[in-house]
Amino acid sequence: MAIRRVKIFSLFERFWHWSQMLLIMALMFSGFGLHGFHHLIDFEQAVTLHTYAALSLLLLWAFSIFWLFTTRTWRHFIPTAKGMWQVLHFYVIGIFKGEHHPYRKAYWRKHNPLQALTYLMLKIVLFPLIWISGLIYLFYFLWRDAAHATDWLQGAALIHTGAAFAILVFVLIHVYMLTIGGSFREHLMPMITGFDDVDLTPEEEAYLLEGEPEVLG
Amino acid sequence: MRLLLVLLSLGCLISSGAVAQGHWPTPPAAPEPPPQVSGPLSGGTADHTKFEILQQPFASGPEVTKACLSCHTETGGHFMKNIHWTWEYRNPATGQLLGKKHLVNNFCTNSRGNEGMCAQCHAGYSWQDEDFDFTNETNIDCLVCHETTGTYYKTPNSEGSQACSVMFEDQPDMDLTVIAQSIGLPERANCGACHFQGGGGDNVKHGDLSSALENPPRDVDVHMAADGLNFACTACHVTKAHIWAGSRYKVDAKDLEGIGKPGQRRDVATCESCHGLAPHKVDSLASFKRNDHIASLACQTCHIPEFARGGVATMTDWDWRTAGKTRDGEGYHEHGYIQGNGEHRYTYKSIKGDFTYAENVVPLYRWFDGQMDYTTIDTKFDVNQQPIAINDFSGARDDPQSRIWPFKEMTTWMPADIGYGTLVYNHLWGEDDISYWGNYDMGRSIAYAMKKFGLDYSGQFGFVETVSYWPITHMVSPKEDALTCEACHARGGRMETVQGIYLPGRDHSKWLDLIGIIAVLGSLVAILGHALLRIISSFRGQQ
Repeated sequence: MAIRRVKIFSLFERFWHWSQMLLIMALMFSGFGLHGFHHLIDFEQAVTLHTYAALSLLLLWAFSIFWLFTTRTWRHFIPTAKGMWQVLHFYVIGIFKGEHHPYRKAYWRKHNPLQALTYLMLKIVLFPLIWISGLIYLFYFLWRDAAHATDWLQGAALIHTGAAFAILVFVLIHVYMLTIGGSFREHLMPMITGFDDVDLTPEEEAYLLEGEPEVLG
Repeated sequence: MRLLLVLLSLGCLISSGAVAQGHWPTPPAAPEPPPQVSGPLSGGTADHTKFEILQQPFASGPEVTKACLSCHTETGGHFMKNIHWTWEYRNPATGQLLGKKHLVNNFCTNSRGNEGMCAQCHAGYSWQDEDFDFTNETNIDCLVCHETTGTYYKTPNSEGSQACSVMFEDQPDMDLTVIAQSIGLPERANCGACHFQGGGGDNVKHGDLSSALENPPRDVDVHMAADGLNFACTACHVTKAHIWAGSRYKVDAKDLEGIGKPGQRRDVATCESCHGLAPHKVDSLASFKRNDHIASLACQTCHIPEFARGGVATMTDWDWRTAGKTRDGEGYHEHGYIQGNGEHRYTYKSIKGDFTYAENVVPLYRWFDGQMDYTTIDTKFDVNQQPIAINDFSGARDDPQSRIWPFKEMTTWMPADIGYGTLVYNHLWGEDDISYWGNYDMGRSIAYAMKKFGLDYSGQFGFVETVSYWPITHMVSPKEDALTCEACHARGGRMETVQGIYLPGRDHSKWLDLIGIIAVLGSLVAILGHALLRIISSFRGQQ
């Protein structure tokens, strides 16, 4: 096993991450404005921004899902219990004792078990909750004459708002986590340059040297 | 040749300079006001000054009418079917017999029995009492709607009490020949002579129909603006055989047909009948959303942000309880309100009581299906359930015919039969010593009117608080003055009390918001706590 500088985030992944970040920021800003928490932009501008940002994000997600499955990178998000306890123990206790983060990035496991599970839940629970409820909300004009339409709209709105709060909580913790087990900058740079220190098996190292030398820094 | 050109161009320069200095050609003197637009009817096929039959002296209105009907042979028959003549309307849905002939409103109350005064606004001559002949077409008043000199006027059909009749003395003479020759399509002032004055004065009743519409600027009414589209009333209230489209008794609250094919759609005065069912040009997401909104909102809701604009106030509250006060045995009135155009309005009259006015009024918004249900003289109500709705209406989010409409709300303390729980007819106008206007004894005047019309009366009159609702549909603002989203999509906005909807910006679950805020703040506290512990423990580690 050898620690090597390896390109773990492709250009598309980095584009995906940062444009998603910007769109989610725009959605939160406009969405909480529509909800009445602030009046920094007027309602018409907020609706316009929110709708276009949401449709753009859906398009981005369509591309990302295609990318995840064609590149087989979806496997990074398969949940695993292996190492979960150590990671949890580190965040709750070990970190205060000056221990080091127990997880080492592997080539086919670029997230620690807790991280992988969180991102998976985000992808299959929170994001679908917000985009499905959002589309129901957005296309209200098509089903407004259905029975109990107001109740359904209210339900969709509550789910949408609840999911928005949950995503905001995720964002806060996600950003804070960058400061744990290394500096904020160390955690941030891989998502900018694409390269991070990865524990490669000799087979992986040999394979990459032979087949994809540009991946090794 | 070259020299000639130079000379010519010099000449041009000099002459153009002269033009600039002398302002030639001089602009024309104040032009004739442009003709108002009367929808598909453009007139102009006949010049009434050229008709021989109109070139004669006329002693009375009915004589003019005879002359009119000698050419317009079928018009009398057409006209006598319309509500301006019958003052009667049978609502096909509720079966209620409506119209001024029967109804009691919460302004001057009943015209029944008071036609000597009230039927000045009947489109006919001399309706004084129950004996009026509704089959005599020479009693039709053609002039009130069609004369264009502005000098035609009517006085009460009967003299009334001396206290009142003094108001109508010393009117200038009318030249009926000149007036008859001025015949044209009705202009705003023709309709306005009655419709702007409903309820006993300028804009008292409707709130959106006032003398401000005779010559309105664009911001008061974008359609009627004298220097703009200059619509006459009949541009929208299209007419077929003297029957007009658009009725308050049967409102088309949600027009699903839109613009008809040529030759169709002479039955409605809806916005959609001209603007169609997708009135906002889709050049942005916001316009698209606006077009969605027409399923739930009447056009008027956003496009008439306030009524009683243009400097003429409307009455919002009337208190008959204070009527009848006299000074030295004489009735009197008090000024107490100066409206936007500088005119004084009465705030008290002995014959009517106390008045409250308002201008630039934000309407009441409610779901409305177009169906008004009236409290008529025959309706029994529970006197303990006040206010009594003079005209109640239905409408709901789930009803496909309903939309959210703007209303003027009029509240009035008015006389009623407290014993039986009904409205009453009041004998207001008359030459006798019982008529309320002049004698000020309401017990007597009500008992007289109830007996005259054979109505059950407990003999016990009192005052009940009433409310009436007036759908707002005129005084459409220019688009730049239409409501913006946050007028309604906000807490405490215009739709605050509208039910049956989930309104983004207004509605929220306080529990969800509380949980959400606690979760977000909790996360921040946990992050700060975690960070603080890390800092403390790292110091310890160094020690």
